[in-house]
Amino acid sequence: MTDRPLSRRDLLRMGLTAGAASLAGACGWQGGPLLPALRGASRLNDWVGEKVFLSHRHLAKEYPVSARTPERNFPAYAISRPLPQLQDPASWALEVGGKVRKPMRLTMEMLQALPRVRYTIKHHCVEGWSAIATWTGAPLASVIHLVEPTDEARYVRFDTFDANYYNGWDLESALHPQTILAYAFNDRPLEPAHGAPLRVYSSVKLGYKMTKYLTRMTFTSERPGGYWEDQGYPWLGGV
Amino acid sequence: MIQDPAQDIPPTEEEPIPPAAEAEAVESAVATEPPPVAPAIRPLVKRHHGIVRFAHWANTLLLLGMIASGLQIYIAFSHFGIRGGRYYPNPWDGKPFPEWARLGGWLAGGLNWHFALAWPFVLTGLLYLVYLAVSGEWRSLLFRPRDVPRAWQMQLYYLRLRKEHPPQGKHNALQKLAYTSIVLLGALSVLTGFAIYKPTELRWLTALFGGYELARYWHFWAVWIFVAFILVHVALVFLVDPASLRAMITGWYRGRFPSHD
Repeated sequence: MTDRPLSRRDLLRMGLTAGAASLAGACGWQGGPLLPALRGASRLNDWVGEKVFLSHRHLAKEYPVSARTPERNFPAYAISRPLPQLQDPASWALEVGGKVRKPMRLTMEMLQALPRVRYTIKHHCVEGWSAIATWTGAPLASVIHLVEPTDEARYVRFDTFDANYYNGWDLESALHPQTILAYAFNDRPLEPAHGAPLRVYSSVKLGYKMTKYLTRMTFTSERPGGYWEDQGYPWLGGV
Repeated sequence: MIQDPAQDIPPTEEEPIPPAAEAEAVESAVATEPPPVAPAIRPLVKRHHGIVRFAHWANTLLLLGMIASGLQIYIAFSHFGIRGGRYYPNPWDGKPFPEWARLGGWLAGGLNWHFALAWPFVLTGLLYLVYLAVSGEWRSLLFRPRDVPRAWQMQLYYLRLRKEHPPQGKHNALQKLAYTSIVLLGALSVLTGFAIYKPTELRWLTALFGGYELARYWHFWAVWIFVAFILVHVALVFLVDPASLRAMITGWYRGRFPSHD
């Protein structure tokens, strides 16, 4: 340290540095003119997530049932209030169509007759929280093989009866062995809070990608958006 | 801290100034105009390569952006630990950060900034490390076992328990410790970041940090070590060696410390 006191110039320099620093971090700036560049970077990360990180050989760690998060502490989000509920559950079925050779209408009985996957894994929410539960359902891959997508099919769009909530997935994540159409949560039929009667569940996506209250699955060649993705959330949402 | 600013710090004995650097120093001294009074005529010497300066200032902006967008992401769930379990100790548990400290405006905005800046942050860091390795500059920056006693002497000097400034090269032993640690901290931030970005795809990495919740916890603590480093780093620049600011901008240094080992 020098023995001279701080000069006015030193103080000015410090002020300028601090000012620049606070400007850089200032306010809720979503990007302004840089927003398209940020969107581009997000698409690049989607590509890296799907082509570099995603692998059907990467499986999430499975936990014992004793590691489950107490159900009252397991958050569940929906767009509609009150919670979306079917008027007539018996008439519900999942419509599967789009770029497929065999469009189908799958009832709950048909879905439950498909191979059954049951796992206890960790849920990762985009907000940063995590929780553990047991999910049971049919592998999405087995449904995909049933309907036989054409070569044009590259994405899957999920539609719901929860207001205008919808979602788009890459085919690779949909085919992951831990991606299922879940009809049970902690060994009980799915409740309305968790997306009854049927939701997507997966170890390779964040919570907002795991669409609840399913009505329709459509195979597309164009990338579908999504309820949150259209507002700016990362499209792939891969973990 | 009682050093006379006019007194130059002698370089370490076993690492004399290379003749080439001396010649360069004399040359540039000749090229500059003589000052009106001459209490401390020092040669202008080249101190930082362009790559180092670029990496430094790019990193300044990137790190500030990463921290600010990270704080935006944090407030979406301001706890560490699994739902329904006990949360890890955290002075900011359940607390928001003020708007001026956040970047992105909302969670999605924060995420997009964070993920967009992450790759340039990694690439700039790698560029810097590759430069250090190729140029041999790492020798004046890497903290090694032999620097332990030197760092202790330097600490004694700063605490005013030792009168004379210990001899040093381009950086003193405490600086080496700081500049080595900060690279490790950067690596820790990047690795814990990937661990919470891809806990399924990079399951082994997430496990290495003790799981998703702990990886996120370490990622958060790295921020505060960075913030503390930045505050001390900037303060020392102005208090100890203001000439180093010019050197980091233009590359040229006219100060009291040696510029070469």
